[in-house]
Amino acid sequence: MTAEPEQRIEPVPWEEWDRPRDQWLMAEHNCNTWPRSLLLEVCARIVFPTVLMVSVYLLLAGHHDAGGGFSGGLVAGLAFVLRYVAGGSAELAATVRIRPPVVIGSGLSIAVITALVPALSGQPVLSSAIWKLTLPVLGELKITTNLFLDIGVYLLIVGVVIDLLRTVGAGTELGGPGLDDETLEREEVERT
Amino acid sequence: MLTAIAAHFVLAAFLPLIARRWGRAAFVVGALVPAATLVFALSHAGSALAERHPAESFAWAPAIGLEFTTRFDELALLMIVLVSGIGALVLCYYACYAKPGDRAVGRDSSLLVLFAGSMLGLVLADDVISLYIFWELTTVCSFLLVGGDGLTKKLRKSATQALLVTSLGGLAMLLGLILLATAAGTTRISEILANPPGGGVVTAAVLLILLGAFTKSAQVPFHPWLPGAMVAPTPVSAYLHAAAMVKAGVYLVARFAPGFSDLPAWWVPIVVLGLWTMVLGGFRALRQHDLKTLLAYGTISQLGFLMVLVGAGTWIAALADVTLVLAHGLFKSALFLTVGIIDKRTGTRDIRELSGLGARWPPLTVFATLAVLSMAGFPPLLGFVGKEAAIEGLLHGQPKDLLLLAGVVLGSVFTVAYSLRFLVGAFGTRPTVAPTEAPPSGTVMTTIVGIPAVTGLVLAFVPGLVEPLLAGYADAYSANPPDYHLGLWHGFTMPLLLSIAIIVAGYLLHRTALAPRLAGWVPGPLHAQRGYQAGVDGLVALAQSVTGRLQAGSLPIYLGVILVTMVAVPGAGLLSGIETPVDLRAWDSLLQVPLAALVLVAAGTVVLARRRLTAVLLTGVVGYGIGALFIVDGGADLALAQFLVESLTLVVFVFVIRRFPPRFVDDRPYFRRARWVKATLAAVAGTFVAVLAVLFSGSREGMPEASRFYIENAEDATGATNVVNAIIVDFRAFDTIGEIAVLAVAATGAASLILARARRRPPGGYASEEAVAERAEVKQ
Repeated sequence: MTAEPEQRIEPVPWEEWDRPRDQWLMAEHNCNTWPRSLLLEVCARIVFPTVLMVSVYLLLAGHHDAGGGFSGGLVAGLAFVLRYVAGGSAELAATVRIRPPVVIGSGLSIAVITALVPALSGQPVLSSAIWKLTLPVLGELKITTNLFLDIGVYLLIVGVVIDLLRTVGAGTELGGPGLDDETLEREEVERT
Repeated sequence: MLTAIAAHFVLAAFLPLIARRWGRAAFVVGALVPAATLVFALSHAGSALAERHPAESFAWAPAIGLEFTTRFDELALLMIVLVSGIGALVLCYYACYAKPGDRAVGRDSSLLVLFAGSMLGLVLADDVISLYIFWELTTVCSFLLVGGDGLTKKLRKSATQALLVTSLGGLAMLLGLILLATAAGTTRISEILANPPGGGVVTAAVLLILLGAFTKSAQVPFHPWLPGAMVAPTPVSAYLHAAAMVKAGVYLVARFAPGFSDLPAWWVPIVVLGLWTMVLGGFRALRQHDLKTLLAYGTISQLGFLMVLVGAGTWIAALADVTLVLAHGLFKSALFLTVGIIDKRTGTRDIRELSGLGARWPPLTVFATLAVLSMAGFPPLLGFVGKEAAIEGLLHGQPKDLLLLAGVVLGSVFTVAYSLRFLVGAFGTRPTVAPTEAPPSGTVMTTIVGIPAVTGLVLAFVPGLVEPLLAGYADAYSANPPDYHLGLWHGFTMPLLLSIAIIVAGYLLHRTALAPRLAGWVPGPLHAQRGYQAGVDGLVALAQSVTGRLQAGSLPIYLGVILVTMVAVPGAGLLSGIETPVDLRAWDSLLQVPLAALVLVAAGTVVLARRRLTAVLLTGVVGYGIGALFIVDGGADLALAQFLVESLTLVVFVFVIRRFPPRFVDDRPYFRRARWVKATLAAVAGTFVAVLAVLFSGSREGMPEASRFYIENAEDATGATNVVNAIIVDFRAFDTIGEIAVLAVAATGAASLILARARRRPPGGYASEEAVAERAEVKQ
């Protein structure tokens, strides 16, 4: 499912750049515990990048329209939810190679650092500045420093959602890691 | 002086790096700063003695009026001599004591210097808060040094006991110090002592402060932590548990004594527990075979003696006290370092296995003998000078002082006996034991032992060197000091006779056959260690029972408690203060009607649902319906977030639900009975929230000021035209950071719980802790 290791190391000739690194769909042996729907899996794969783009748009547009880091992060998280629902834990593992706690931690760090940076120049913590740039094609671009806070929130939310998928989702699948049927039966008895 | 304290901390931070590069030499580097501090303090001794008491101040939290103030007076100078002088010696000694390539060098050297800095801060601090901070820093250093690498259960147990006992006292002391500072209206110790406050609060405060002093100085009944702490490396014991840290309690009492020595709540506990400690410690020392434990009980006994003298509260007693503080620091550190040499060279500290060391190591024997004789109060040593003064002070005081004298004499007899036991045990030759094989004792280490031992001898002959310092402290007790001077010879006086009697009685006690059988025997139930154990066990049992009752493990009960609290506590108050709104409208927009109907129908159907999945989907409908209502009202941001969260919640719900039985369990009598209670509770709480929402929205008049401010300033201050976003990332950004931190913690916690549950035990179970510890010990 993942690309061959040597392919990643060797420089790819330019005419091969558009060759997909991954296989499009999971092979049969990666199959989940629930019945697969080819249509759903393909749709999820197609929609996935678009949803991520929408989430980034929401993050950046939040300053002037509906959106922001929280909504953007949730949309991005829902993109991963879509992949998981379509293909199960194997699909999720193929999508996310970085560990979710790292994403959560980096999000929180970015937010806190953004909050503390003004203190270095003697300003109150969390005060924000506005930078205006004039770019050749895009025209005037306004960046406020609190955008970084929003980026931190975005990352943190994405990390939390993926972590939920990893644990509540993949972690409690039937036949998932460490949950054998015996334990489940015993718990079932205890609960009722 | 502030610089000196800071230099300790900075050096401590770099010592692990130095140790990685140069190994054991790190200890010598570490000794530089305490040595420099000692030199600096001695060269400025004049200003401490001339009643100028230079103070320095550093405001570290000016907003709440907290500052760190040092005050360099006689008592501080005396303690600096012990802390920095002995500290530098011990660090040099440790450089020879540590094995080459020992991995603990970086850690121990850093902690020892950190400790020296904390101790320095403690004795110099002139405000109660900094005093407390340095006090606890020394406790933490002690814990880390005693615990070492924590590989064996004994290490962990001793370190934990030392930490628990001393930090219990430390917290009590903090409370007492705050009470005292509040009563006096200042946190400066010198000002509190100049005008000591009075009243019931002060009585409570001094008792709490004394609790801190007693735990730190290992007074009965808190003393068992000190012999336990002897698992630490010997140089650490010599420094922390003989010369410096355990003196902190005595220091604290000596610091506050001039202001409170007349208060019965102050001196009664001190003299009673002090005497008890002195006698008990000496008595218990007679039974020990381990040289180090013997010294530890001796330290307990001596600390009790020092407490008694401070508690006596007269000029001569105070003079005797500070003399003995100095003498004890000198001889006890020399003796501990001697034990370190014996232990390192022969591999044992059991007096039943040692024989013939005296002939093998003559210089060390001479130094150790000097130290032991000083401890026993033999002339012509500083210990004798101090003890003479002590007896003199107690002889000519009030009637109660005679009672104290009797106790002190008894304790001193024990002291002489265990001192001889130490000397003979360590260096004597036993006919039944083969002479111990041992390499030479080492020139450097022996010299380091010799420095404090010989100092005790020299100072006895020229007490004039230190008398201004010691008398300067004692002057705080009396405006008209009596005409008494430290010295070896005061003529044929009562103290001299008592000293001779003590020595003779101690010698006889040491010689009698009675001693080994009966000496040091305490009936089992009276062991203080059992009290500690019972206390710890009781705390654990209490915690278990409280947790067991509060954390019943039932979600309905948790939810029920929360809802009842919500309705009962704020509900009553809120409802009583709100007027009925006047203009209630049925709807603002016609679109609201079908949406509200949808929400109501879904909410009603949830209750009737028999399948879990149906119920979850219906709650989802409620959430989406409310999101739609937000859109109708124009809250696009809110609606977006609501829809997204609702979708995510639904997914997570489904994940969890798939592991549950598909239907709600409802055919058991228990559930049927509880159902009515739950239904009532839910109905009441739901109605309450609904009514509250209507009442609140009705009682709002116009736009709140905060909202107006946000709307007006969003564009200019934050560059955002979306006010909601401006509030989240700018105006209330601090809230946002708090919220995401909570989210991160909650998500990590939930994930850990699920992952931990999914992890299986290895076949055969985990290896028990004891087995691991044993393996580690075998390796050593």
